[in-house]
Amino acid sequence: MSDIAFLLNGTPVRVAGESPTRTLLDYLRDVRGLKGTKEGCNEGDCGACTVMVTDESGSRALNSCILFLPQLQGKAVRTVEGLSGPDGALHPVQQAMVDHHGSQCGFCTPGFIVSMAVAHKEGATDHDDRLAGNLCRCTGYAPIIRAAEAAEAAPVPAWMTEDLRPVAGAKAPYAPASSDELAAWYLAHPDATLIAGATDVGLWVTKMLMDLPEVAFLHACKDLQRIEKKGATIRIGAGVTIQRLRSALSSSHPTFAELLRRFASEQVRGAATIGGNIANGSPIGDAPPALIAMGARLHLRKGDARREIALEDFFLDYRKQDRAKGEFVEAVTIPAKAPDLACYKLSKRFDQDISAVCGCFNVTLRAGRVEEARIAFGGMAGIPKRAAHVEAALQGQPWTEETVRAALSAFARDFTPMTDMRASADYRQEGARNMLLRYFHERSGKATSVLEVVA
Amino acid sequence: MSIGAPLPHDSAALHVTGRARYVDDLPVPADTLHLAFGLSTIAHGEITSMDLAAVRAAPGVVAVLTAEDLPFANDVSPSAHDEPLLATGTVHYVGQPIFLVVAESHLQARKAAKLGQITYKERPALLTVDQALAANSRFEDGPVIWSKGDAAAAIAKAPRVIEGRFDMGGQEHFYLEGQIALSVPNEGGVTVHCSSQHPTEIQHKVAEAIGTHMNAVRVEMRRMGGGFGGKESQGNALACSTAIVARMTGRAAKMRYDRDDDMVITGKRHDFRIDYRAGVTEEGRILGIEFLHLARCGWSMDLSLPVADRAMLHSDNAYNLENIRIESHRLKTNTQSATAYRGFGGPQGMLGIERAMDHIAHVLGRDPVAVRKANYYEDAGALPPHPRDISTTMKGQTTPYHMPVEDFILGALTERLEASADYQARKKAVADWNAKNNILKKGIALTPVKFGISFTLTHYNQAGALVHVYQDGSIHLNHGGTEMGQGLNRKVAQVVAAGFGVDPGAVQITATDTGKVPNTSATAASSGADLNGMAAKAATDTIRERMAAFLAREHQAEPAAVRFEDGRVRIGGEDMTFEEAAKRCYQGRVSLSSTGFYATPKITWDRKAGRGRPFYYFAYGASVTEVVIDTLTGENRILRTDILHDCGASLNPALDLGQIEGAYVQGAGWLTTEELVWDDKGRLRTHAPSTYKIPACSDRPRIFNVALWDGPNREETIYRSKAVGEPPFMHGISAFSALAEACAACGPHWPDLQAPATAEAILAAVKRARGAV
Repeated sequence: MSDIAFLLNGTPVRVAGESPTRTLLDYLRDVRGLKGTKEGCNEGDCGACTVMVTDESGSRALNSCILFLPQLQGKAVRTVEGLSGPDGALHPVQQAMVDHHGSQCGFCTPGFIVSMAVAHKEGATDHDDRLAGNLCRCTGYAPIIRAAEAAEAAPVPAWMTEDLRPVAGAKAPYAPASSDELAAWYLAHPDATLIAGATDVGLWVTKMLMDLPEVAFLHACKDLQRIEKKGATIRIGAGVTIQRLRSALSSSHPTFAELLRRFASEQVRGAATIGGNIANGSPIGDAPPALIAMGARLHLRKGDARREIALEDFFLDYRKQDRAKGEFVEAVTIPAKAPDLACYKLSKRFDQDISAVCGCFNVTLRAGRVEEARIAFGGMAGIPKRAAHVEAALQGQPWTEETVRAALSAFARDFTPMTDMRASADYRQEGARNMLLRYFHERSGKATSVLEVVA
Repeated sequence: MSIGAPLPHDSAALHVTGRARYVDDLPVPADTLHLAFGLSTIAHGEITSMDLAAVRAAPGVVAVLTAEDLPFANDVSPSAHDEPLLATGTVHYVGQPIFLVVAESHLQARKAAKLGQITYKERPALLTVDQALAANSRFEDGPVIWSKGDAAAAIAKAPRVIEGRFDMGGQEHFYLEGQIALSVPNEGGVTVHCSSQHPTEIQHKVAEAIGTHMNAVRVEMRRMGGGFGGKESQGNALACSTAIVARMTGRAAKMRYDRDDDMVITGKRHDFRIDYRAGVTEEGRILGIEFLHLARCGWSMDLSLPVADRAMLHSDNAYNLENIRIESHRLKTNTQSATAYRGFGGPQGMLGIERAMDHIAHVLGRDPVAVRKANYYEDAGALPPHPRDISTTMKGQTTPYHMPVEDFILGALTERLEASADYQARKKAVADWNAKNNILKKGIALTPVKFGISFTLTHYNQAGALVHVYQDGSIHLNHGGTEMGQGLNRKVAQVVAAGFGVDPGAVQITATDTGKVPNTSATAASSGADLNGMAAKAATDTIRERMAAFLAREHQAEPAAVRFEDGRVRIGGEDMTFEEAAKRCYQGRVSLSSTGFYATPKITWDRKAGRGRPFYYFAYGASVTEVVIDTLTGENRILRTDILHDCGASLNPALDLGQIEGAYVQGAGWLTTEELVWDDKGRLRTHAPSTYKIPACSDRPRIFNVALWDGPNREETIYRSKAVGEPPFMHGISAFSALAEACAACGPHWPDLQAPATAEAILAAVKRARGAV
């Protein structure tokens, strides 16, 4: 194993002899004595541990509690301690947070400060989205947003842009540099755990306390991170982060991009990958229902053998996928446009929550009739699943409220959802049915989204 | 004058730079040990065998303790000595600590704690209030019943009778900093660093646990990363564990709950069921009302009795109820021991009557605000000028516990809020909007808050402070209150600075320390600034009077002629800096150190009879919330909130506004997205932020107008200010009420919305409104 080298608050550091699943948070606090970065939940849901990670593609706010040290190879990390100037001058967001009373107990504050500083550096003003992954229990957020707004106009301090100089370091440990290398290695190590963003595997370590004997990190496989337009389709590499995907699809697939806006939080979207969201096989991952509704094709690779399947065929049963040992997700292909696609996510909280039900509708009309209906749900079965009977009930019918209402009974044939802490089975079923009604009304131009209403 | 200045939190610059130290950030000795609990996996039963060999053999494990290994008291209860630190034969809930792992690292302790092999003989578990009631499983011998007038008779004679049943969920504190303690052994005892609202209680329980007197235990508490009541008693187990290990091994010991453990082990806000039955006039005036409170208290008593009392004490909220009967059952269940949480039962009791108000207005088809106002107490200003006049108003103006209401201001406050929030016009606009929208519906509501200030445990209403002036004029402040984010230290420093006429920056704030100020009360019941501000003022006054007397003697003047202002001391023609004055007093052999003490006046309380004056005064406020719901899914948003809140003469309006905004969002969270779910085995399924959803950034009201009522407290509190920690939490009720209004806009029937109003609960209420269920 080689060393891991990165910049920490502007200073090069080399790490040797650490477990590959040592988290950055533990390293910062226990080894570096940087106690400003806090542990609030140790699962990437509260943002108290947020740090800034910069590489050639820019700066991201990431949760250090579920970020493993090898993922930092060659990058630059800034913690809250590294945001003030060399002379101790406060960063504009720090000063604004003092001026606007944005801290009370102060425990979440370092995480907020980092998220705000990253947004400030990028010139972003979508503060609610940028801060959805930072929980505060004291302030009610209002003063924090006032601070973020007050700091918008301040110039980015010079020290914030000095992180791009290259860090001398060997090849990242456990991190193949291309998909070819990965394919060969994984064939030889089929029981290994592949780690892309670590937003789920991170919890295996921090919460399930698992020891992962063999791991490979995928972040160095640049060829898995491409988004390529090919005629009427777009091929998305498995290593593309949700954040990049959201931005790339914002004009071509606005409804999918809006769903991705509500995918976890900024910190998670910046690390999590589309390939991870698919390969993980969770019944409540947010991307698969939308992708299935679009008719996405999945590209799998094992050694040098490649195959392509419909995405819905990948999900066989609860946590069971059509993926052989040593085989990995290489890419997913979607149509270049999906003008009829609508994506609805039901969860207890709008932002940074896991879906109780995620329903995605893609109904094509021709001369007032349903030409093709592709409807897929998350949270309604053990896998992301198409609503085949509902689709059949719509197929070829005139696109009217009567047709839609007549199709509602088909939901019971497609799904028998479960009751859990997120929702009851009945609510899931009814919510799913009503999503179809919403889809109809929305296409008719009626107001259907509480997110678009003002006082 | 530093009083009333909107100064930032004293630690703001430390917070934003990451330099503010919490317990887990303190440098520790290299050989510090780390602890973790092994937990019960069943809700109720006998432990039949315990095989801890694998735990002991795990890497880094130094020792494993069970109840038999504890050298002294095995109890962490703040009340009834019914809460063993480690289980003794029987387990009472899923998550109860059974054994204690001592290891070289936090992670090693956590990993080893999972390896215990414990077998149980399971017993039936009581998980719900219905089960507990049926089994007569309760604290105290029977229900507590308080009454005034004759509710049953009044209801029998009333033109209309309206009744309902209302379930409201509990609430996880979700302080961002989890429970933690660090004990460092010394020759005779230990020093404990903890994250606690109640250092004296920690000191007391640790002394019992290590078999010493309290004088062998020093507890230091600089700041908490949030408390909200969850750190009043719930830190005892960690402090005692670390102290025991520190004494046993001679090494420092630290214990920090992982978030999931924290949520599984510790108590939460009590969930309540409230049944109400009201006899009303056609106008909605309540002639008589009965409440039945069922409080789910969990497995041990903890603070449940005063919590349930306070719920009863807020059954009237803002309303003059001549005939009322409140029956309260404190039910013992096999769940986490419910504990203090901001409002301490007050929110539950208040929500009961506010819910009844909405129900009455709905049945009578009247404006809910008009119904509320018809039941308000009379404003103090509207009372007869001579208090001895025996007018009908005065005779009737008592709470259900027979305390005269002398400071009521909600009539005028509501009127001003209705105007500033444009309530009537917006109510009409909401109705117009609803007429045009089928799928989305809006609702708007105004609800008042009247909250009693003082601990109902009367002896808690005391505080001490310690102030030193050093010979260089710098000032050292210590008091018994604890800083959990509310800005208490800043407020108390402002009081001290005002007393000496210096800049608040000249006052050094120090960690709460049982070695400096003894016998402190919990920083709770919103009382922090009221109590500790007065104690610090007393200490400051004592020193200033000594300084004034000495300087006056030097100048042959009257002490009253010595003025302390603008960082200077002026006497006759002379004008010196405070530093100079301090130096001269020191050289003149004047004591520049003093304690200060305060005990709240006027309060008396007979809990058994439900009579007396448990509160020194009331804090008031009202809020208007407008919401929108989606009738297809129940999804909802808070669109706008206007709050007018009474902080008396605010000590620091910036901090007070922060408390109000934060409390509102937390209160709205309690009643909307924050749902605690236990399964039928008694396992808490919402034990992490992935499943338990406190409000996120975008959940705050998009338009959020908060203003302070500008009248001083009529009681002689610290600079006539009022307590602010808890009262504004209950403005969250207006969000719930507005959601209920939106549901009611969907059909003619009573929607009977239950709390928390998750999207699922709202959809169910929409269907009830439509008569679909």
